[in-house]
Amino acid sequence: MKIGAPKEIEAGENRVAMTPDSAVQLQKLGYDCLIEAGAGEKAGFADADYEAAGVSVVKTAAALWKDADIIAKVRIPNETELKRLTADKTLISFFNPAGNEEGMELAKAKGANVIAMEMVPRISRAQKMDALSSMANIAGYRAVIEAGNNYGRFFTGQITAAGKVPPAKVLVVGAGVAGLAAIGTSTSLGAITYAFDVRPEVAEQVESMGAEFVYLDFEEEAQDGAATGGYASVQSEEFRNAQLAKFRELAPEVDIVITTALIPNRPAPKLWTEDMVAAMKPGSVIVDLAAERGGNVEGTVMDEKVVTENGVTIIGYTDFPSRMASQASTLYATNIRHMMTDLTPEKDGQVVHNMEDDVIRGATVTYQGEITFPPPPPKVQAIAAQPKKDAPKELTPEERRAQEVAAFKAQTRQQVTLLAVGGGLILLAGLYAPASFMQHFIVFVLSVFVGFQVIWGVAHSLHTPLMAVTNAISSIIILGALMQIGSGSWLVILLAGLSVFMAGINIFGGFLVTRRMLAMFQKS
Amino acid sequence: MEFGFTTAAYVVAAVLFILSLGGLSGQESAKRAVWYGIAGMALAVFATLIGPGSGLWLLSILLIAGGGIIGWYVAKKVEMTEMPQLVAAMHSLVGLAAVFVGFNAHFELVRVLGMEPEAREALTGFAELLAHKSVVEQNILRVELFLGIFIGAVTFTGSVVAYGKLAGKLTSAATKLPGGHALNAGAAALSVICLIWYFNSGGFFPLFIMTLAALFIGYHLIMGIGGADMPVVVSMLNSYSGWAAAAIGFSLGNDLLIVVGALVGSSGAILSYIMCKAMNRSFISVILGGFGGTAGPAMEIEGEQVAIDADGVATALNEADSVIIVPGYGMAVAQAQSAVADLTRKLRAAGKEVRFAIHPVAGRLPGHMNVLLAEAKVPYDIVMEMDEINEDFPSTDVVIVIGSNDIVNPAAQEDPNSPIAGMPVLEVWKAKQVFVSKRGQGTGYSGIENPLFYKENTRMFYGDAKASIDSLLPKIS
Repeated sequence: MKIGAPKEIEAGENRVAMTPDSAVQLQKLGYDCLIEAGAGEKAGFADADYEAAGVSVVKTAAALWKDADIIAKVRIPNETELKRLTADKTLISFFNPAGNEEGMELAKAKGANVIAMEMVPRISRAQKMDALSSMANIAGYRAVIEAGNNYGRFFTGQITAAGKVPPAKVLVVGAGVAGLAAIGTSTSLGAITYAFDVRPEVAEQVESMGAEFVYLDFEEEAQDGAATGGYASVQSEEFRNAQLAKFRELAPEVDIVITTALIPNRPAPKLWTEDMVAAMKPGSVIVDLAAERGGNVEGTVMDEKVVTENGVTIIGYTDFPSRMASQASTLYATNIRHMMTDLTPEKDGQVVHNMEDDVIRGATVTYQGEITFPPPPPKVQAIAAQPKKDAPKELTPEERRAQEVAAFKAQTRQQVTLLAVGGGLILLAGLYAPASFMQHFIVFVLSVFVGFQVIWGVAHSLHTPLMAVTNAISSIIILGALMQIGSGSWLVILLAGLSVFMAGINIFGGFLVTRRMLAMFQKS
Repeated sequence: MEFGFTTAAYVVAAVLFILSLGGLSGQESAKRAVWYGIAGMALAVFATLIGPGSGLWLLSILLIAGGGIIGWYVAKKVEMTEMPQLVAAMHSLVGLAAVFVGFNAHFELVRVLGMEPEAREALTGFAELLAHKSVVEQNILRVELFLGIFIGAVTFTGSVVAYGKLAGKLTSAATKLPGGHALNAGAAALSVICLIWYFNSGGFFPLFIMTLAALFIGYHLIMGIGGADMPVVVSMLNSYSGWAAAAIGFSLGNDLLIVVGALVGSSGAILSYIMCKAMNRSFISVILGGFGGTAGPAMEIEGEQVAIDADGVATALNEADSVIIVPGYGMAVAQAQSAVADLTRKLRAAGKEVRFAIHPVAGRLPGHMNVLLAEAKVPYDIVMEMDEINEDFPSTDVVIVIGSNDIVNPAAQEDPNSPIAGMPVLEVWKAKQVFVSKRGQGTGYSGIENPLFYKENTRMFYGDAKASIDSLLPKIS
């Protein structure tokens, strides 16, 4: 079968869905590769490079759409493009199925199979084809670069002969893939980086990237990120207020703010309000990566850079990946190639559209004249559910007091019962047993008691020496044998003698081996 | 006068023994504590030799010296990996000695009872003690010596079997004769009947039958317990040897025997309890052998075991800042402790934080791993207990699991249907990377699949533990 990548027709889109490298890999899967003339030009891949990689260069888009069985694209296809589909074609592209009803209807009418790259489920196996993550990674990186481009100072602090330069302070809101990429870039440029996310469990990831996690003074049952496939979800009003208060506190300090907060299938939450923008220092830069969904920042203009009255630059570009077209194309083409690998289990150049496969099923939005969106939930959880933590409830002092009293009472009751039963039993024994027995019995009970008290204090690491030493002292049985050896018949003497001999082995062996072991324990 | 001195010496000895056990709460004080024990024992033996009832003291001293030489030789020669079997072997000696002493008490009792009252007056020593007993006291004495012999006999064969299993001379799998626990119950019932019989007749025959039954119980009970449960078994036998001594102490009317027997007995009981708790199993279920049935189908395991070679492990170790090593019985089997210690030294010299995480039931004896690591000169302050270190795994770069399986099995926490569900385990899978050194694919003693091996951050480092670690050493910079 033939797989083709047309030139992107969206204005300002520089990426391409196939690179010479990915074409080589696709050919190994048994496919013939086609590319529209000039498709890779803006991403830095010349037609000659494609030809060298064995790709046939097709003159026009129309010819390519007609010739190819599988069409790989970057941007959401427009009407003209969709009309070129036929029942035997498969389209792999970003599709935005949730907001592209007409597109799906059209594809359904044409009978083509459409795989939407943003619908690849977030499970470990599908990470290699997760185009959203690859693009978000680039966006995060580029956001810092754009911010640096518009920020008139160094990121890193320096002490030069011409004076001291303080380091820039960067706040990254939303520590998803883009956020983490931004954090990494920003810290490696030397800025002091803060990061915030509504999912407290990412604090560790943030800190591992060298940034400081901004904690809220707010106690709420932490939501489990696993329930939403690792994405953030909507927050309560109180949480939002606490969050805004924290941002207000940070606004005058930070030089660069990068917001990446998106909630799936919702407009972007407004996190950086006008007064925060106003509170920032002149020359500060805000990069709003959520501009496409309305922006996290009040005052963001989509696809534009605006400068506020107090001199704060707000960047609302939405084409960060396209601004790094070469890198973005390489990663996207690799994602497509991995998708094709999964679609071609036999490596024979034939697509097997296995709707039983979680990944393929999840990403397919139309299949054989049916709309298959939204997909059923994947069988495998994206992220292992966190074991439900029983958060110890904050008790009021009275409750705690009551609890302590109850525990104390229960303990007292238990001890008293034990003592009463034990005491009763001993008294009962005392009624019938002779005094000589009771004397020994008291010694026995007390020794058991002492033993229990003493042994609980023994260190775990010394349990083997403990066994050896108890072993040695249990040869105290030698006393019995010694007492008997002098009295009675030859049989008694023989048995007692044997006992003395064996106990002798034990005493010396036990103590010596204990000493040997203990001598080995050394402090570093 | 003499008797007073003996009693005084016994009191001092008892105090010394208690101090000796109490001193084991710390590594440094333990070194002193063992001398208390030695002094206590020496004093006790000396006081008994010169005290009432003993005779033939030259023979006694010769026998003690003879036994001592053997004990000294064995203690010098034993390998630290062989500690479990040595301890088991020594328990068997105590058990057998208890049986003999119990028999002697019986013979003496019969002899004394057979004498004329006038002749009894002339008796000395142990027999004199017996002669002054009333009928009730004699009956109590019979019960006591019966118990002493019973426990001693169970301890003897039980320890011999435990020794065989630990030394690899017997199969470590749980094996039972047809009839299973019904046989044990039958033997126990027979012993009870013998007790009643002996109580009434006072003859040697029921005592002998009971001894045979008890020997069988000890043998069969321990045969039915598998290798990984040995920490419980050995501490249980330790406890029994103590109770046997205490019972004999009662029958001989010797308080020091009672005190020490009770100390040892409770010590072993506590150790058994700690071990059972660490396996989240009841004492009964360990003794009855085998693992309980599962409550449902085991959780399905996703993924595959990914192998890695020494270069990969070495690279990860060179890059890591913090390393935790989790040793298990496999390390003892492969004698890998000195290789592990060398690795530790090298990593520490490179400025990395290296620690050991010890699960209470790792190995075949309580504290077995600690002793092995100490032998290999791993400093004890980097060897941590489970509770001390379990919270540190998430901040650890590399965990190396050497020859342990069930104690690092995440199924205990994640799968409520797992046979080991609820058992406290070392949470190694929370570390950034886990390397498992293992001889090959396969399940552990409990036969439970270990999902750890299939986790994404786990790599399997197949091969003999010692050879594997040795191959790492030159690659660590």
